[in-house]
Amino acid sequence: MLEIKNLHARIAEDGTEIIRGLNLTVKAGEVAAIMGPNGSGKSTLSYILAGREDYEVTEGDILYNGESILDLDPAERAAKGIFLAFQYPMEIPGVATMEFLKVAMNEQRKARGEEELKIPEFMKRVKDAAGLLSMDMGMLKRPLNVGFSGGEKKRAEILQMKLLEPKLCVLDETDSGLDIDALKIVSEGVNALRSPDRAIVVITHYQRLLDYIVPDSVHVLYKGRVIKSGDKTLARQLEENGYAEIIGEAA
Amino acid sequence: MPAVQETIEQVRNIDVDQYKYGFETLIETDKAPKGLNEDIIRFISAKKNEPEWMLEWRLEAYRRWLTLEEPTWARVNYPKIDFQDIYYYAAPKNQAGPKSLDEVDPELLKTYEKLGIPLKEQEILAGVRKAGELSPSGDEAVDGEVSDSVYNSGRVAVDAVFDSVSVVTTFKKELAKAGVIFCSISEAIREHPELVKKYLGSVVPTSDNFYATLNSAVFTDGSFVYVPKGVRCPMELSTYFRINEKNTGQFERTLIIAEEGAYVSYLEGCTAPQRDENQLHAAVVELVALDDAEIKYSTVQNWYPGDKDGKGGIYNFVTKRGDCRGKNSKISWTQVETGSAITWKYPSCILRGDNSRGEFYSIAVSNGHQQIDSGTKMIHLGKNTSSRIISKGISAGHSNNTYRGQVSAHRKATNARNFTQCDSLLIGNDCGAHTVPYIEAKNATAQFEHEATTSKISEDALFYVMQRGIPEEEAIALIVNGFVKEVIQELPMEFAVEAQKLIGISLEGSVG
Repeated sequence: MLEIKNLHARIAEDGTEIIRGLNLTVKAGEVAAIMGPNGSGKSTLSYILAGREDYEVTEGDILYNGESILDLDPAERAAKGIFLAFQYPMEIPGVATMEFLKVAMNEQRKARGEEELKIPEFMKRVKDAAGLLSMDMGMLKRPLNVGFSGGEKKRAEILQMKLLEPKLCVLDETDSGLDIDALKIVSEGVNALRSPDRAIVVITHYQRLLDYIVPDSVHVLYKGRVIKSGDKTLARQLEENGYAEIIGEAA
Repeated sequence: MPAVQETIEQVRNIDVDQYKYGFETLIETDKAPKGLNEDIIRFISAKKNEPEWMLEWRLEAYRRWLTLEEPTWARVNYPKIDFQDIYYYAAPKNQAGPKSLDEVDPELLKTYEKLGIPLKEQEILAGVRKAGELSPSGDEAVDGEVSDSVYNSGRVAVDAVFDSVSVVTTFKKELAKAGVIFCSISEAIREHPELVKKYLGSVVPTSDNFYATLNSAVFTDGSFVYVPKGVRCPMELSTYFRINEKNTGQFERTLIIAEEGAYVSYLEGCTAPQRDENQLHAAVVELVALDDAEIKYSTVQNWYPGDKDGKGGIYNFVTKRGDCRGKNSKISWTQVETGSAITWKYPSCILRGDNSRGEFYSIAVSNGHQQIDSGTKMIHLGKNTSSRIISKGISAGHSNNTYRGQVSAHRKATNARNFTQCDSLLIGNDCGAHTVPYIEAKNATAQFEHEATTSKISEDALFYVMQRGIPEEEAIALIVNGFVKEVIQELPMEFAVEAQKLIGISLEGSVG
């Protein structure tokens, strides 16, 4: 589903190279964890996948279902089914969460040539999804992310992910700022989305999240490249020995 | 959330920089000779069949105007206006005054139809939409709530002013049944001289300022509203101003009086053809609210703003003031300013009556080379008076957007309270936002609060919204509509929809 080939990318403004020859393949149905020390390029990778303009791809390609997505803007990529759950979701004052969900869902449907959702159907989907994430409907009348706690923001991200039904989910440090209860709820939300036709990329700093979202593959990112790949035991190994050992091996 | 959806549709249907009201109506007009002198004023007064006292009033204002200097304190720049190079009177031929609809020139009716202003009463009745469809908030999706701001089936009576004359006023008979007078100011001068004499110039005196004084001398038409004691006006009243003629100034004069316990909601809309020359619009609006009366005045100003290089557009130099003359009275201004090359406008409230309340809600959008210097004055004179100011400025392109506001409490205005919030949003790197508040309290019990923020539509927020599948223009419309929501909510529903559309269109092409 996702194939990243020899990707090189830099910050458009100052030319600093962040991604340096990254290769990664994630199949449909797979949950891939990307781990790595601070500054290894994890968040940058998530932004580049989603199409953020601040980064410039200088070499290599990103194929999604066999097609390059480099020329698509963020909205076009989203409509094709790529979703990024942000580490720091933005506040959108004056736009009720509910309203935002409806616009986003309908814009994506429109881009795919589907009919707009009827209000009762929309309401039903939102209620069901919010229920599973233990979210209060009253919260959804509030402006998106404005005054939400860290946990509420992350839950709102997963809610959007559920409702938009993406094919490729990228979760950027979704565990940061979550207490253990919230972590469980969010993880359950993600696990419920696992399906044979969907790929999930979990970017995280710690093993902790992977106790709840058990990955099929684990990739270690360092200096903009994947330096080691393995199964879930690799994450445990990292937790016990730190990154130094693997970095040493690679060097 | 149909309104946001409509904004989106609207934006999509329009090419960059298209001002959709820029067409011209070809119609024979009756004009005064170019320039300004006492004879021109006599000409205007005679055209309107005015009584002698009115002519004297005008001449006195004119003589005073000759002694005044054009003000320069606003943060706007424009070449000096040649006041002798303007036509002060232009009227469609054979249009002495408001008539019944059957007699109105079909060209004029077509013009208003094109502008989306219904003048045929049956059509207005037939065209009533369900309130739920119009809600700008999207909240109805949550729980079926419908705002109560539209009462009595959403009917609107319209006074249509074309260049210097009112061409028609609808629903007059029905309003008369309730005792409400709604007609052109010219008609009011002839038919209700006692009311006009008593109130005209009582809020904005002829000596008030350069443009108001000029207006007093040469005003041509505008609306007059009188709501008698205890009457809640049974429908929204609205005036639609259209400048059509070239090189013609529009000097409208509006006077609204709400007697004891009366209520009226009044809407004003304006457009003009697209031309290379600048045109002057200098209006005066006076509101008088007596004991326990309430006036709600809403404006959607969409004069031609000039092209993308800043050529052409309307100079909008307007004096609007409300006098809360009676105790417990309330005046509320809501404005959405998207048009005009230059806007110089400060709808104000004089809080004279004890416990009176003034409100000012404003959205000022500037794009291209537009310049806006706008705000309000809240003058607290009575005891326990309160005021609230919410101003949202949005600047894009190469525009400049200034909020200028004054809040003052007189010595006797014990317990005066004001809350001011000014937020500015910048789109792009070449525009400016400025906030200039003047606050003055002459007594120790006054409580004034002022909050101001300036922010840019951040790349982060835009990226976030687009990541959810919302294309760029729609994403900006969504963020901006969120930013102005507090003010949009104050507008009557029909206007709220129009306002959201306008904001979307005004910002079209602002990011690239």
